[in-house]
Amino acid sequence: MRRPGTLILFLLLSFLTIFLFLIDLGVGSVSIPLNEVWNAIFGGDVSIVNRQIILDIRLNKAIVALLAGAALSVSGLQMQTLFKNPLAGPYVLGISSGASLGVAVFILGIPLFGASGIDLPFGLAGAAWAGAAIILIFIGIMSQRIKDIMVILILGMMFSSGVSAIVQILQYLSHDEALKSYVIWTMGSLGEVTGRQLIVLVPAVLIGLALAIFTIKPLNLLLLGEDYAVTMGLNIKISRNLLFLSTTLLAGTVTAFCGPIGFIGMAMPHITRMITSNSDHKILIPATILTGAITLIISDIISKLLVLPINAVTALIGIPVIVIVVLRNKAITV
Amino acid sequence: MIELKNFSIGFGNRYLLENVSTCFNNASLSALIGRNGCGKSTLLKAISGLNDHYSGNITVDGVDIKRIPKHKLSHIIAFVNTTRPRIINLRCNEVVALGRAPHTGWMGRMSQKDKNIVFEALNSVGMDDYAERTMDSLSDGESQKIMIARAIAQDTPIIILDEPTSFLDLPTRFELANLLHNLAHTKNKIIIFSTHELDIALEMSDYIALIADKNLYCDTVSGMIESDHIQKLFKFPGEYLQKLLSAIKK
Repeated sequence: MRRPGTLILFLLLSFLTIFLFLIDLGVGSVSIPLNEVWNAIFGGDVSIVNRQIILDIRLNKAIVALLAGAALSVSGLQMQTLFKNPLAGPYVLGISSGASLGVAVFILGIPLFGASGIDLPFGLAGAAWAGAAIILIFIGIMSQRIKDIMVILILGMMFSSGVSAIVQILQYLSHDEALKSYVIWTMGSLGEVTGRQLIVLVPAVLIGLALAIFTIKPLNLLLLGEDYAVTMGLNIKISRNLLFLSTTLLAGTVTAFCGPIGFIGMAMPHITRMITSNSDHKILIPATILTGAITLIISDIISKLLVLPINAVTALIGIPVIVIVVLRNKAITV
Repeated sequence: MIELKNFSIGFGNRYLLENVSTCFNNASLSALIGRNGCGKSTLLKAISGLNDHYSGNITVDGVDIKRIPKHKLSHIIAFVNTTRPRIINLRCNEVVALGRAPHTGWMGRMSQKDKNIVFEALNSVGMDDYAERTMDSLSDGESQKIMIARAIAQDTPIIILDEPTSFLDLPTRFELANLLHNLAHTKNKIIIFSTHELDIALEMSDYIALIADKNLYCDTVSGMIESDHIQKLFKFPGEYLQKLLSAIKK
């Protein structure tokens, strides 16, 4: 298949990202025309109310959509190549179940012991982050001893299932109200992130993306399998740890602040491979950042227009896309 | 020169090779033969630095390979196994270019020299027309040749190949063995390949390494034919073997 010109493709994707970002700022219960959105950001003629709506309310959420889409998709790409599995995504290592355990303990567990929910500045997100980090440390320690990457994949999956069982027990024992707020967290939300939390989310995701740049060469070598990668000089332990760290910063942070957002992380690497017709991660990683951001921004726009939870929208967009990719290509590979 | 000293390897209590010592000379093509499950792949993986669980030493020019970090070892030994990567969108020239990984920086940026080496490597296996084809569109044999081109592009004094001639038809098998032979002699490389094709092994290589009864016998082709190791190892097709051996002697 002929490849599209790289420069043109990236210009197009960047333009789309910026355009949709501005549209996202305009869409909501009050719709604001694009020129006013532009003026509100870059200074110009706009009513004070609209300026406040955009800068104080919508800008946070749009930035979160942009970063979360990019982060989840890059993390999904890393996991697909590392595990040589087209169905892998950001959550294969158990990051989301770790996060859910943290949240479940926080929302469901603490009231069980009679204490009312502790009010910490990063309460929910902090608990989710701690849960995800615990899983990563566990996986990291295990992977020092395990040579076969498939064993790590199975461990991650088993661990997730075990954690889900604990979460279920907590759900079973909990009161209606706590249960409802837990279920709502699992539906995902881009709008719960406060300006103060953004100060943590933005650098964490940016560091994750910066680390992802260092995973480009290892990922390219891993395309041929670990034996080839090692005989071409790849330090497999350092590379794995780098990938785990990058993925946890990306997927773990997003999950902590927004809940488990599904399908983006699994679908976007495939879409990106298809539109770039490339498997070089030097192209794939930056392109996935853009396609992931674009898709989550579109999902956010739809979720605002139809008033739906974001996770339902990403699933409804992601699933047909994967089906189309599978049917068109007959085969789906990493 | 690759040297094995008091080398033992196996799984658990079961030894595949026990207390073996031998060496592989520069500018030579050696064929590794033996029955299924005798440890050919295990030995080749150990020499390539992919399996550290052995006792004894493997040295390259006197240096123990366990003491050589992997990124340095990748300048010395290239490895080709039997997997065929069928990756959509991954082009042949990109696979061969991955062979330059030990020589490029952290981003894998290719210099003009690297690009020339990739082109020459593709050319040497006769696959230059396939440079832009993707790996999922190749036949088994074509894919095998691309993986060998990748090893050539890695530009190492040693190439280890695990059953490179499987999946290939007869002419291609000889063509490939011929290519390896020339490569060993013109570029002064040590090339070791495992194979089940006795005719290829005996006709095209300089040395035969034969695994039998946890032992590794190494000799020149004529030396190996004179000894009765091959006859002992392949008892069953006796008549065929006799014909083959006498044909090669002539």
